Parts: sequence; structure tokens; C-alpha cells
Amino acid sequence: MTNPQASKPKAEAPGPKEDIAEAIAPATRLKLFRSQLEIRYLEKRAYDLFLQNLVKGTSHLALGQEAVAAGFGVAMRSDDYTFCTYRGHAHTLVRGVSMAGILGELMGRDCGLTRGKGGSMHLTSVEHGVMGSYAIVGAHLPIAAGAAWSARYRGTEQVAVCFFGDGATNIGAFHEALNLAAVWKLPVVFVCENNLYMEYTSIETVTAVAHPAADRASAYGLEPVLIDGNDVEAVYRIALQALAKARRGEGPSLIEAQTYRHGGHSRADPAKYRPRKEVDAWLARDPIPSYRQRLLALGFSESSLAEIEQEAQRAVDQATEQAKASPVPPTDIAGRDVWASGGSEWRN
Amino acid sequence: MAELTYREAVAAGIAQEMQRDPRVVFLGEDVASAGGVFKTTEGLLQKFGPDRVRDTPISEQAILGVAMGAAMTGLRPIAEIMFSDFLAVCWDMVANQIAKTRYMTNGQCSFPLVIRTANGAGFRFGAQHSQSVESWAMAVPGLKVVAPSTPADVIGLLAAAVRDPDPVLFFEQKSLYATKGEVPDGEHVDELGKAKVRRAGEDVTLVALGAMVARALEAAERLQSENGISATVVDLRTLVPLDTQTILSEVKRTGRLVTVEENPRLCGWGAEVASIVAEELFYDLDAPIVRVTTPHAPLPAADNLEDFVLPSVEKIVDRVRMTLG
Ligand SMILES: Cc1ncc(C[n+]2csc(CCOP(=O)(O)OP(=O)(O)O)c2C)c(N)n1
Ligand SMILES: [Mg+2]
Repeated sequence: MTNPQASKPKAEAPGPKEDIAEAIAPATRLKLFRSQLEIRYLEKRAYDLFLQNLVKGTSHLALGQEAVAAGFGVAMRSDDYTFCTYRGHAHTLVRGVSMAGILGELMGRDCGLTRGKGGSMHLTSVEHGVMGSYAIVGAHLPIAAGAAWSARYRGTEQVAVCFFGDGATNIGAFHEALNLAAVWKLPVVFVCENNLYMEYTSIETVTAVAHPAADRASAYGLEPVLIDGNDVEAVYRIALQALAKARRGEGPSLIEAQTYRHGGHSRADPAKYRPRKEVDAWLARDPIPSYRQRLLALGFSESSLAEIEQEAQRAVDQATEQAKASPVPPTDIAGRDVWASGGSEWRN
Repeated sequence: MAELTYREAVAAGIAQEMQRDPRVVFLGEDVASAGGVFKTTEGLLQKFGPDRVRDTPISEQAILGVAMGAAMTGLRPIAEIMFSDFLAVCWDMVANQIAKTRYMTNGQCSFPLVIRTANGAGFRFGAQHSQSVESWAMAVPGLKVVAPSTPADVIGLLAAAVRDPDPVLFFEQKSLYATKGEVPDGEHVDELGKAKVRRAGEDVTLVALGAMVARALEAAERLQSENGISATVVDLRTLVPLDTQTILSEVKRTGRLVTVEENPRLCGWGAEVASIVAEELFYDLDAPIVRVTTPHAPLPAADNLEDFVLPSVEKIVDRVRMTLG
């Protein structure tokens, strides 16, 4: 079942013309390239550290899905808000958060973003606008709407960008948030990364429509927007449009970005439920090599790209060493910060 | 001193805080144009306008999610959940998101928000519109829990809740909405975590909350006049933080403890109070601790059935007499 209206990428309510039609500036293109590489290398490192038993608990990698976070990260204003899921290392990194803070958190070290109190699924860095990673599917959509309401009330022109998976489109909070955000015309951008699977179940087998987000848009008076989530420039352009629309006071957008995770749902998952042909087809559409080729075709030099690759790798290596060198957090923080007073006392 | 109903005190308390602080916003179902299904928020829309007083769709998760997102980015929202039973619909927001995110982010975010809700029985609404669920909230680290028993406390504790930097669940007992009481003139701000001794006695301490405070007081009067038993009545007012010092000092003095709870028996707040007293005051007790609660069953709707299961003045009187032998 396909919905012809939704399957056609649709650019609605374009922002300033130059955002859409004009070529993306060379420096911006390199940023998009670098950002994707940093995510790729960081996620690979997270996986290696897991194999070395240095990353405990669970972790959900965005390998293969880098273009979505990178495209938005480059397009967002530094004071915009990000709300993401447990699969949120990428969305956190693209806001300028330190790699050591991320790896340290995964490793349960004191240098971690939340000193080991949140863990891999709850990366947060408020100073970078990363307002949390949420591990209950769909919960953060209404929360992002609230941040958007607050931004409008305070007149700051900040936008809240909320990333979630295809699976989240079937939970009530998705629908509650979309409706309320549309009725209140909130400056929020909802970004569904459709990687075709929830955990181990294919989204199409449990969803009444072909495009889990785009086909729901019209129910909330929104334009269906379906994009190639493995094309970082497509993501970047749609991000600019949606952000500009939100800042103009024209309300929310719902974007479905089609993509694919290269690995399993989480560290424990070998992803045997996915047909080999499907995996191969998507590996051939890996967002990073294809963008590299595009940049070369556009005239960027091999050496400039190689240099970015080396720098990104070095940054990950350095962050790894930093995180490994960090001590574990002191146990006394386990009882801190339940309350704003800093403590956890519940009685006198 | 003016006399207000508990219902009027809600609007007065919200208005006091909205007047004072432009960051205070208010949202919920039917709260703006209609003034609330219990008429607790009449006039607020007219006074503060639609940017600050907002009707929402029937979307409890969105109401609390929006309140949370607004609180963590600089506003001080008051969100209404029409009936406390409906907290079950959005418990993820309460128990997983609002309560835990400060901790999980190592204190990076603050959640200065208030969730007001109509709690408890007395209207023959049956099992899904009559529960006293304050003990649900008490069981979740990261939530403050308040339940006023008088109009003055509605204003004073609501003000304290709005000004508190942490999330507060504010349980308004719906059977009290029509009750009247004196409220102080001018701005009134109370303090969370302070119980009140409503009646001082020598023989037994009754610890009560919300609508049970008036029943405990009435029981105390009857015990005095009919049996010469002198009872202290402690109104907890706040479950978290819990004013254990007031409880302990009253029980130490009287040697006996009876809790009076509208909630069903298992894991009701009285169990926590009883356990604290048993651990810390065992050798000062002259009799076993007694808990008066509703039974561990859903609430029935018919007048006589609902009355039968709730802690009545008679039941309280009986149980107190038993502890005194
Ligand atoms: C409310 C809720 N139900 C179930 C889960 C368990 N769970 C965690 S991730 C996940 C799959 C989510 O799929 P999707 O939204 O497509 O995101 P993806 O993992 O593919 O990025 C499930 C079922 C959960 N965390 N929260
Ligand atoms: Mg998915």
C-alpha cells in the first residue's frame, strides 16, 4: 500500500528562497560530511568498547542513520532544543557535545555527561540545547511541544526538534503531541527516522499505513513530508525549511526520513530478522560513501576529505583515551539531585 | 480574614501566583472558558488571558508532557488533571519523566511544575472517579506530594508548590470543594513538609490527610465527650517531604497512633507512617498501631456502599476505643 501523495517528497512553505534553491555553501557541505563521520566513528567506537566490555548496560547505535542527525545539527540554531531517543548519541553529538562526555557516559565514568546517572539512553547536555534522551517510546514528543510552547511564550524564536523512530508513531503520545502542537501552532519539528523496524518487528506489519509518519500528517492538518534520510543534503534542506517555518510562527512540521540501521536494534541484537537482500540494498545506500562521492564530483579534493576523516578519527581516539582515563563516579552522587536542593531527603 | 470555599481558594491561589510571576501558566481540560468541571478555576481566563490559561484537548500525556517541557525551559506551569484517577493515563509522564529527569541528568534540568488534581470519594462516582491516589505518587522518588484540608491551606500550599523548584502533585479532595474556611488577607504562602496539629490531646494521636482530617477531628470530639478520651489530630498536609518530627513527637507524647486514610489499605501512606513509628518509637508505644483505611477493593458507587467502605467517624471512634482497650 502506498500513498502517492506521501511517497513524493514534498517541500512545503519554503523559507527564505536561498535556503532551498541555492547551492549549499562549500563550508556547510564539509560540515555535513564531518558531522556524519564523527557520528560514524563515535558509534563504531562505542561498539568496540562494548565488545571490550567497557560499555555496560545497553546501547542503541545510529550506524547507517547518520545523515538525519547531521543534517539537522548543521541546520539548527545553537539555542534550539533537541529531544531525542535512547538511540540518541548522534543527535547529542551534533549539537557540539564532547565525545568524551558521551563515551564516558556509556562507560559509566565520572567524565560522562551525567556522571553515569543517566547512562547511554539518557544523554543530556542542557548547555548545548540537548534537553534529554528519552527511553520510553514517544514520551518526548509532548515534552518537546512543551519546550516549544515555552519558547514562544518567552518570545525567543527557539525551535524544538524532536527525533523519534517509526515505532513511536503507533503510541498515543505521538498523536496527542501532534494534535496539540498543530492546534497551538507550536514551533516544533517532529522528525521520524523510519528505519523500517521497531525492535525486531517490521513496522509495516503493525501499521495501518505505508508511511508511518507522513501518512498520519494530514490527520493533524500538516503536509506530508517524506524524504530520503540517507541524503544529508536533503535532510539539511528540509531542516532549514521546517525550522524557518517554525520560527515564523507557522507551526509544527512532521518529517519522515527513510533510513536504515546497519546493525541490530541494540547491542544484544544480531538482527537476523532482516532479509539479506534488504540489508545489502541499504548498505549500498550508506549515506557516508555516497556523500563522499558527491563531494568529489562537486570538486572537493580527495585530500581535504581525507583530512576530515583523519581529524574525526583522531577526535574519537582522543575522547576514548580521555574516557578510559576518567575514574568511576564517586558513590555519594547516587543520592544526589533527586531534588533541586541537591539532595534526596524525603523526611525531616 | 475572608471566608472562602475550598473551591474558591483554588482559583484564588492560582490567581495569586499568576499575578506575582509571569512565568506561571495554567493548562488543562475545560479549565479556561468553562472554569473547570468543578468550577475551581473560574475567572482565570478573563484575568490572565488565553496565552496563560489554556484549554487542552483530552490528552493527559500531552498536558503533562507540555508542562514538563515548559518547566524545563523556564516556565512554571500548573497543569490540571481533571480526576486523579486519570493520572493512570499519563503515569509515564509523572513517574518516569517528570519525577526522574532531574536525577538522570545529574541535576541539569529543573521541573518547577504543579499537577493539580481532584482526588477522592464522596460523590458516588464509582471506582474510576473516586480514588484517593496520593500513595501512588508518594511511592515515586522525585515527586513532592501535597494534600490540603482547608481553604487557607489550598492557597498557602499551592503558593508554596508553585514556588518550589521541584515537581509537586497537589491533591484537592473533591469532597471538600464546598467546605468553607477563613483565609488570611493579602498574599498567603505556606511551607511544604510541615504537618499541623489541629487538635492537641493526651491519649492517642490520629494522623489524617485531606478529607479525613475533618472526620478525625469529629471523631476526637466524640471520643472526648462520650469516653473522656483525649486525642491529638495531626493533619499531614504534605506526604513528601514528610514531617516525621511532628508525628514522632505527638506519638511519643500520647503513646498511641491511629492513621486515618481514604486510600485502599495496601501500601497506603499510613503504612509508611506506621513503619517509621514502629522503627523509631517502638518502646514508647502503649498499644499496637492501628490503620483505618478503605478496604482493598475498588470503590462502589451506591450511596450506602460508598459510605460503608470509607473511614467514617463511627469507624474511627471504634478503632480508637479498641486501641485504648
Ligand atoms: C513505551 C515503550 N514500549 C516499548 C519499549 C521497548 N522498546 C524500546 S525501543 C523499541 C523500538 C522502537 O522502535 P522505533 O520507534 O522504530 O525506534 P528505533 O529503535 O528503530 O530507532 C521498543 C519496542 C519502550 N522503550 N517504551
Ligand atoms: Mg525504527
